[in-house]
Amino acid sequence: MKFGILVNEGPYNHQASDTAYQFTKAALEKGHEIFRVFFYNDGVNNGTRFGVPPQDDRNITKLWSELAEKHNLDLVVCVAAAQRRGILDADEAKRHGKDGDNIAPGFRISGLGQLIEAGIQADRLVVFGD
Amino acid sequence: MSVKKFMYVNRKAPYGTIYALESLEVVLIGAAFEQDVSLAFVDDGVYQLMKGQDTSEVGMKNFSPTYNALGDYDVNKLYVEKESLEERGLTVDDLMPLTYEDENDDYKEKPSIRVVTSEELSAIMDEQDVVLSF
Amino acid sequence: MAMLHTINKSPFERNSLDSCLRLARDGGSVLLIEDGVYAATKGTKVADKVTAAMGRMKFYVLGPDMKARGISEDKILDGIQVVDYGGFVDLVAEHDNVQSWL
Repeated sequence: MKFGILVNEGPYNHQASDTAYQFTKAALEKGHEIFRVFFYNDGVNNGTRFGVPPQDDRNITKLWSELAEKHNLDLVVCVAAAQRRGILDADEAKRHGKDGDNIAPGFRISGLGQLIEAGIQADRLVVFGD
Repeated sequence: MSVKKFMYVNRKAPYGTIYALESLEVVLIGAAFEQDVSLAFVDDGVYQLMKGQDTSEVGMKNFSPTYNALGDYDVNKLYVEKESLEERGLTVDDLMPLTYEDENDDYKEKPSIRVVTSEELSAIMDEQDVVLSF
Repeated sequence: MAMLHTINKSPFERNSLDSCLRLARDGGSVLLIEDGVYAATKGTKVADKVTAAMGRMKFYVLGPDMKARGISEDKILDGIQVVDYGGFVDLVAEHDNVQSWL
């Protein structure tokens, strides 16, 4: 079965991203397909590579990046929500005259249409939030 | 492409958190995909539709006029749960008078807000293919 | 097979359990996750409400979230099934659609 995943909260403050990660991992282990993981609201903050959590805690962004690399996942950060919160890739940084980008490996920035498309294409869309 | 039933469930009040505004942004983008779209306003979500919102003194953007534009995007099924209104001492007269032009009925102006009971809303929710909540 | 509802909030902090029970159709299922797992425990003021709802819906609770919060299986209300993340995935796949009561 094809799943779409929506993550509406950032890392650490809420458990949403952790639960979404565990769900995604379990779905992949069961042989399901993950059509896309879409990050919205403060969920876009999962996509910064600048987070430095304490060494004895999990690094949520890194976990997503590694899962994406292993399973060729499509991790999409909403561009409008990302701009509000200062999550930028190199193109976005250049376009807005910012002096650097912070998007983590395996994540890409795109529009809200990608969420709607996930709703249309996936058999189930599962929402994780506050 | 097949048409799916998308429902956006709004259970949070505006301004205190960003969910109402960013949910509305998804609805507007989603409207271009020609799916069967409806919105549900439940619990504090009914406060999103209050008349007379004025954010001038809090310094935030007043996005309530956007609800009025939904009709132009063929989003005209705004289900408001009666029980949630009553619990909050509200009636439909406290809400913005949102309308749309019905192209199947000589472009007559019709109300987009439909007050429904929990029982009715639960039947509508059950029919959905995709339920988005923020 | 009807709708799966997930609830991730404590019933003592938010009204998501009440709203879900009010709007969920008979024959659906409820999965309690994150802080929602407290609604699955015995002896609380919502236990009667949850038990009554079991007559018309199936209830599940996410084991890893229970364990993290120090809730052992013997503290869970009779009739609620404990599942792991794989079980969560199965529930989503088995139901027609899923609604998260955020």
